[in-house]
Amino acid sequence: MIEIQIQKKLKSASGEMTLNLDCEIKKGSLVTLYGPSGSGKTTTLRILAGLIKPDEGAIVFDGITWYNKNTFLSPQKRKIGFVFQDYALFPNMTIMENLKFAFDKNGNPNELANLVDMMELGKLVDRKPSEISGGQQQRVALARALAGKPELLVLDEPLSALDFKIRVKLQDYIIKIDKELKITTVLVSHDLGEIMKLSDQVLMLEEGKLVRQGKPEELFFNQNMSGKFKFTGEIIELKKQGFIYIATVLIQENTVKVVLTESDIKEIKLGDKVVVVSKAFNPMIYKVK
Amino acid sequence: MVHPIQAGLASLPASLSEASLVMGKSKWTTLFYVLLPNCKASILTGIVLAFAHTVGEFGVVLMIGGNIPGSTRVASIAIYDEVEAMNYGSANFYALILFVITFIILLFVYLINGGYLKRYWK
Repeated sequence: MIEIQIQKKLKSASGEMTLNLDCEIKKGSLVTLYGPSGSGKTTTLRILAGLIKPDEGAIVFDGITWYNKNTFLSPQKRKIGFVFQDYALFPNMTIMENLKFAFDKNGNPNELANLVDMMELGKLVDRKPSEISGGQQQRVALARALAGKPELLVLDEPLSALDFKIRVKLQDYIIKIDKELKITTVLVSHDLGEIMKLSDQVLMLEEGKLVRQGKPEELFFNQNMSGKFKFTGEIIELKKQGFIYIATVLIQENTVKVVLTESDIKEIKLGDKVVVVSKAFNPMIYKVK
Repeated sequence: MVHPIQAGLASLPASLSEASLVMGKSKWTTLFYVLLPNCKASILTGIVLAFAHTVGEFGVVLMIGGNIPGSTRVASIAIYDEVEAMNYGSANFYALILFVITFIILLFVYLINGGYLKRYWK
């Protein structure tokens, strides 16, 4: 269990804001931070890792105080695996050296071999990070974060730069890690589909405040919304045709056209995240809150 | 020497050192195993520029350094002496040697930093 209760003044693009968080994260759960850019997600991760010091508050991890008025545990002493947005693989080392650098010298070498197997890196171990693709780099970054046997895994928009296919594969890896190693994981993501698939709990941030939290289904969909299929997507086009409107919704890599009436359109504008629900008849769309 | 290395360290993404710190490595380990190896090019540039400066050093050596032939006389002062003595021929010759040496040094730096040698040997 991680108890987080922190305050930190930040300078964001829209002026000064205060990051104010008060939440609990269950051990072994997979938590997503969600919110617009500049809402303090990355800062939260960095505070968890000890790379930024909060102004006030406390962080307690499994009964060990990481931060409060009198204590500040350095990043070295918190057992954390951090996957950076730019992966931060060391360019001077091969993949294996990168993993070994994070791995405990007295550790069992079999564990390292298992990790390489699990992340399917066998063929890449002798290459340098610059010689492998983005998706592979991401896998290495994930493996390297795990090599230090962290108690908390922190991922900063790990999959945002990857294409859909590799993304799905890596999402499966993350689920596998969470299930097999039972590591508490906190990640930042913007992709609703991804959040639905991965997370047990979502923390929604806005302007540094925790606006809502809960299970992803509770958070993003209306309770009373029923349907055979539900897809989340983004409105990329709205066109008027006579009395009706046609909305084009981008779902993962496919587009869907949905017919809307004047009353539907009031709530919805271009770029909105929506959920497309199909019952017996026409698909309907709802704005995601 | 300081400037190129400082610039080299500053140009590395902050996440590199942060990644190392999060892995539990000390600041020294991070510096020697992560940061310095990744700015080799800047270190080389720093060393060579420092060397090139030293080879061409004139003012300070003239003022407080000695001028003993075969011991403390430097090339730039030798040129100065020859010009003073109106021996333009040997002054030109010294200058040419100085030019060739610096040219070769700088050429090597650019070849190495540009990765040309590495690609050639492969």
